[in-house]
Amino acid sequence: MAGAAAEAPIAARPGGARVFIRRNPTIVIGGALLVIMLILAVLAPFIAGDPLHVNPVNRLQPPDLAKLFVPGAVDRFGTDNLGRDVFARTIYGARVSLLVGIFVAFFSTTIGLFVGLAAGYYRALDTVIMRLMDALMAIPGILLAIALVALTRGGVPVVIFAITIPEIPRVVRLVRAVVLTVRERPFIDAAVSVGSRPKKVILRHILPNTLAPLIVQATYVCASAILVEAGLSFLGAGVPPEIPTWGNMIAQSRLFLSRAPWTVFFPGACLAIVVLAINLVGDGLRDRLDPRLARRMR
Amino acid sequence: MIAYIIRRLIATIPVMLLVAIIVFLLVHLAPGDPASVIAGDNATSDQIAAIRAALGLDRPLWEQFAIWIGNVLQGDLGHSLFWNRSVSELILQRAEPTISLAITTLILAVTISITLGVLAAWKAGSGLDRAVMGVAVTGFSVPVFVVGYLLVFVFAIQLGWLPVQGYRPIAEGLWPWLERLILPSIALGLAYVALIARITRTTMLEVLAEDYMRTAEAKGVATRPMLLKHALKNAAVPIVTIVGIGVALLIGGVVITETVFNIPGIGRLVVDAIARRDYPIIQGVILVFSGVYVLVNLAVDISYTFFDPRVRY
Repeated sequence: MAGAAAEAPIAARPGGARVFIRRNPTIVIGGALLVIMLILAVLAPFIAGDPLHVNPVNRLQPPDLAKLFVPGAVDRFGTDNLGRDVFARTIYGARVSLLVGIFVAFFSTTIGLFVGLAAGYYRALDTVIMRLMDALMAIPGILLAIALVALTRGGVPVVIFAITIPEIPRVVRLVRAVVLTVRERPFIDAAVSVGSRPKKVILRHILPNTLAPLIVQATYVCASAILVEAGLSFLGAGVPPEIPTWGNMIAQSRLFLSRAPWTVFFPGACLAIVVLAINLVGDGLRDRLDPRLARRMR
Repeated sequence: MIAYIIRRLIATIPVMLLVAIIVFLLVHLAPGDPASVIAGDNATSDQIAAIRAALGLDRPLWEQFAIWIGNVLQGDLGHSLFWNRSVSELILQRAEPTISLAITTLILAVTISITLGVLAAWKAGSGLDRAVMGVAVTGFSVPVFVVGYLLVFVFAIQLGWLPVQGYRPIAEGLWPWLERLILPSIALGLAYVALIARITRTTMLEVLAEDYMRTAEAKGVATRPMLLKHALKNAAVPIVTIVGIGVALLIGGVVITETVFNIPGIGRLVVDAIARRDYPIIQGVILVFSGVYVLVNLAVDISYTFFDPRVRY
């Protein structure tokens, strides 16, 4: 709570925005990149053509960035081996990536939060939960996701589920560690001694203390989820190939790398930019919300 | 020391058992019937029932698990549905390329990242420091396959310095073997370098601020021994820990790297198995990779006693 609350007054002070930008360049740069990507993804139907339209006559056309703002042009980012518009596919691909990243971050931090609170507060549950988390962490996340997707053959929801599961243990460990330190503080003893029930102690007094590190962790989970989704799609174990995603695009174009590098370059670059932007925001938030760690990192 | 190692070994047993249970349940609770996959599209329900009985799929779940874990403990990971071979045999056959890639990546990444991390901490706040940290954030953000294709495009296709893809066994000569591992190792190692360099820098900064470092400097210890012998050794425990934890990153990356560079290793084996829904292979590879991860981290735990004699549990 303390960390999140400390942020508000700084932004609210007169001239605060400029101070905020100077003090938090990474949050501002990363955030701006993300907002641009989000807008492009949401407005995809209005700014990009049909990502699925196949036009063999027009295949492997090189990109023509001069036409970037010409509505209806199909060779802004060039075309792929089936004559599909790489620009349209890249923009639509952003939708899947951002969707997966946001949902995985939300589900894994929510589930991880409650499991972590339970593990940290109730000693009886702690050993069982933590051994289970150790085991889940020992299984390489991408392989676990591959197995889940391969065995169920689903669409985007299954991919989100499959990426969420391996992300949970890291959140649980983080929340548990915070709970263990907070539990020893005097205000918890005070709450217990005046007769607060465990549920109230956890939700009112412990939970708010976990939020700052949890928000930071959520950004890292989001970045990692987007990378894993792209990896799964690339391996043919992710989103079905007919849906344009960055991973699918690279997988389908890899054989044309020497003839048409743009078919791999544009989705790859967007992927890197989005993940970099999220990581920048995460690093910036960590420095802001956890000043002790920030001083150490500097 | 020996007692500590034995205690740590015993502690890994419940974790591996849980891993085995998760992997087993994963396949057995997932929708889709393996028997009908084996039988093919034109099988009758009688044929499917016969296959179910032959595989023991009609027995209670706990009995199936007992049989399976018994076999696993004897090194029998089951039979591939597509290849007429045992999974253990297939994994052993594909092990050389994967182990080669893992070793070259590990050596390359650990050397580079620790050097970068130490230099960044020593010259903290300088342009060099900022450059290293920039590389670290970027390395964390670019996926393995994008780095891989970028490297292939520049160094193999445009410049023609290195082969585009493939693998040669080390028995065919050191250079043909190494030459094909350079680009894959860089692609695979980048995120790992980012991770280790960051932790090295942070812990080195902490150690360099200690009183004994000022003492070392005051008594005139030269820069190199001061950084390496006095500082790095004291910073070793967190660094070694992250090297161990980061192996998970490498294992995940191996699967993708082998696909990008067409290396016929264990990663390719599992990717090919996805398309064919060859679940015993997927199951076996996950179990082997998880075991490797647990063993690596066991080795890391044991190495603490070497770096820090105070560690006595």
